[in-house]
Amino acid sequence: MLASILQNIINALQWGSFYSLIALGYTLVYGVLLLINFAHGDVFMVGAYIAFFVATFLLSFSALPGWGVLALTIPLCMILTALVGVSLERIAYRPLRRKGAHRLYVVITALMCGLVLENGNLALLGASRKAFPELIHKVVFTFGSVTMTNLKIAVILSAFLTFFILQFIVTKTKIGMAMRAISYDKFAVPLMGIPIDTVIVFTFVLGSAFAGLAGLLFALSYPILDPYMGAMIGWKAFIAAVVGGIGDIRGAFLGGFLLGFVEILVVAFFPSTYRDLIAFSILLVILCIKPTGLFGVAQTTKI
Amino acid sequence: MQKYSVPLLVTILLIVLVALSQSGAMDLYVQSIILFMGINIILSSSLNLVNGYMGEFACGHAAFMAVGAYVSSTLNVWLFAQDKFFGPPLLPPELALYFFPVVLLAGGIAAAFAGILIAIPSFKTRGDYLAIITIAANYIVTSTIINMDSIGGARGFMGMKKVLFSMSDTIDLPWILIWVVISTVMTIWLIRRFVSSTYGKGISAISQDEVAAEIMSVNTNKMKLIAFMLSSGLAGIAGGLYAHILGYINPGSFGILKSTECLVMVYLGGMGSLSGSVISAILFTLLLEMLRFVIPWIDTIMHWSYLLPDSYHLSQVWKWVLIPLILILLMQFRPEGIMGNRELSDIFPRLKKYYSFK
Amino acid sequence: MALLEIKELTQLFGGLCAVSDFSVALESGELVGLIGPNGAGKTTMFNLVSGFYKPTQGSITFKGHPITGLKPHEITALGVARTFQNIRLWNDMTVLENICVSQHYNMGYSIVDALLRTKRYLKNEKRIYTEAMEILEALDLARYAHEVPPNLPYGLQRKVEIARALSIKPSLLLLDEPAAGLNSADVQDLIKLIQRIHKEFDITIWMIEHQMTVVMTLCSRLKVIDFGSTIADGTPDEIQNNPDVIKAYLGDDTI
Repeated sequence: MLASILQNIINALQWGSFYSLIALGYTLVYGVLLLINFAHGDVFMVGAYIAFFVATFLLSFSALPGWGVLALTIPLCMILTALVGVSLERIAYRPLRRKGAHRLYVVITALMCGLVLENGNLALLGASRKAFPELIHKVVFTFGSVTMTNLKIAVILSAFLTFFILQFIVTKTKIGMAMRAISYDKFAVPLMGIPIDTVIVFTFVLGSAFAGLAGLLFALSYPILDPYMGAMIGWKAFIAAVVGGIGDIRGAFLGGFLLGFVEILVVAFFPSTYRDLIAFSILLVILCIKPTGLFGVAQTTKI
Repeated sequence: MQKYSVPLLVTILLIVLVALSQSGAMDLYVQSIILFMGINIILSSSLNLVNGYMGEFACGHAAFMAVGAYVSSTLNVWLFAQDKFFGPPLLPPELALYFFPVVLLAGGIAAAFAGILIAIPSFKTRGDYLAIITIAANYIVTSTIINMDSIGGARGFMGMKKVLFSMSDTIDLPWILIWVVISTVMTIWLIRRFVSSTYGKGISAISQDEVAAEIMSVNTNKMKLIAFMLSSGLAGIAGGLYAHILGYINPGSFGILKSTECLVMVYLGGMGSLSGSVISAILFTLLLEMLRFVIPWIDTIMHWSYLLPDSYHLSQVWKWVLIPLILILLMQFRPEGIMGNRELSDIFPRLKKYYSFK
Repeated sequence: MALLEIKELTQLFGGLCAVSDFSVALESGELVGLIGPNGAGKTTMFNLVSGFYKPTQGSITFKGHPITGLKPHEITALGVARTFQNIRLWNDMTVLENICVSQHYNMGYSIVDALLRTKRYLKNEKRIYTEAMEILEALDLARYAHEVPPNLPYGLQRKVEIARALSIKPSLLLLDEPAAGLNSADVQDLIKLIQRIHKEFDITIWMIEHQMTVVMTLCSRLKVIDFGSTIADGTPDEIQNNPDVIKAYLGDDTI
């Protein structure tokens, strides 16, 4: 009994790590731009595909061993995915920001960018799913009847590490302070000599890079890639961010694991087709009771 | 006489379409385009009520379409057709003809009640949060249908064609065409009447300044409820008609892509413009059909000019890259859409003579 | 029985005490001012009376009925109208439509009537229209009936907002800094307008205002608050010489 609980906990931690990594990206961008970057889940998908192409390329054209390829793929994937995120910002969001466009228009643009990425992938690469190459040997650790692989541990560790890095950046560095300042008052920030565009680009770099990392880890754990993989996971990660309190990275981090636990619990007791239904229902309930999420701060309008 | 020119025009249109269809002069493909135009008009104008006039951001319109589609389809099949799960028809199939509008309406009413699901959260949230809630509602509806094996689940549901055949066996007329035209006209008529009354103007007041509206005696919660219910109810009717046109429905066709289509039509036409929604629905339907031909042409041209490798062919999936792209470009360069928030009568004032309600 | 009675009203926002143990009684027909330095809690007071906030403690009674906890549109239907510091007109609707929509509490027809254009609908729409035009004519705004507010000068927009408030036939009118943003000519017009509506429409007016000329000319009684509680209450002459009031606005001599 205890063993199965432990096993479920480990699975939940691993599953939740993906949500956390992606949710952190949503929260960073929302905190700075008050924009829900609906395309973020698809950036994750792009990250997975970039990892696939980089890994396949390196495997075919270099003599590096599996773990060497992985070591190179991680930074390359993160950088390239960050580029994708930044391009989105530059091409789609910045012109609207310049014009002072209504937030509604930016949100619609974000939603549509996501669809373009998904369907563009489907159109360019076709419907056949890609199989991610195996880069490292799976080592299985067994404690009684509880098993975990080195990969699972790596995923969980990455999520925690990412959180601590981001927490450090946001609270202890100058640029992190600038990010927080923008979320309070977008207009005062450039007046204080802070280059708002640079800060925003930096935010997207951070968010997208870690989404790329999540994509790589996901591809390693579940080696079948398809163009719509980002859509559902992106939505769930988004739910996690909102439940935790969008705008606060602690909320995103905890929300990701919370959702992971909920889903693993649901699958343990109900047929798996109910998983999405219950996850979305929980979102609705929480949004009705406490719209700002667990850690979120309510925004009041002055009458 | 001028006052009746619009109803007269509509009746003539209906008679002409029916005649063309009956005589076989209008082939089934053209007929299907007209049918889908009607459905799109209903969808886009009903969503415009919430997203345009009321300034909210509802992204899950397809959910209500699904509710209406499934409710009216299952009712019709249960009552009038033979089905694996439901068994023999409960009532003689000859009666299908007379009950069709009732069943359609039932689907609409079911969808209107489903609309309460998103109206209530809208009392306390706005903007981005409502977008999330409506998208979640969309997924919840489709997930629920997938989990209901009695109506086909993920494999879909069919049998509506049998009902239509019973209808045309009783009286030989293209019934689905008639009902689509009638529903489209009724939708436009209803929405027009609603928003031009002082009652309906309360909705615009909410979108422009909700605090002032509340202070000036507008019961904002009740108005939001009415707007959402009217919008989802009409979407439900569109869904019912859609189900009977295709003869087969499955939850996959009522997902976020369908909701996106509705969003494109609303913002393309112009938030708060009924004529805009109608025009954009017509244009959008035509665009989708045109792409069926245009994409292979572009494919041929690109191959001929060596822009594409031989092994790669442009598939219809590019449609789904183009549609979101249109909306992105729209947001960048003309966010107010074709009509902005004006009506045709604002651009062509002489049209005002021809209809009595304004 | 006082028209509006506020007893020991307290409003806490988390740890911040915006209104503290405030009491006032407004008799029918009075024109009372509510003044105080910035941040004293004046607009919060109006928000409490209009129903936007539920007070932490205390009661508000209007015409003998308690109104704490009612929704704003219900309070308006009882006869309390209000204007805002920043003009909150509906900018995409014409002046006439702005007035008509305020009749929502008293439309006289249901949605079914609206959709089917029944006799009841037509009759009531005509009534709403006529009454709206009457208000506009009374305030000399009839020629702007089909203009949209952004096209009108600020002073006229303020007048339209007051006309909209009057259209609900209120017994109590809350004016929140009506002279804000007006030039001196418009302020004179405003003073005359308020005096006129006070007499002609026979309503009680409670006014927040910073411009002392307006306050001293119009108000028969003043209530001064600072940090959410009353610091003085009396006629304009008494208030002008009250040392507490002077201290609140100008600070005291000790440096």
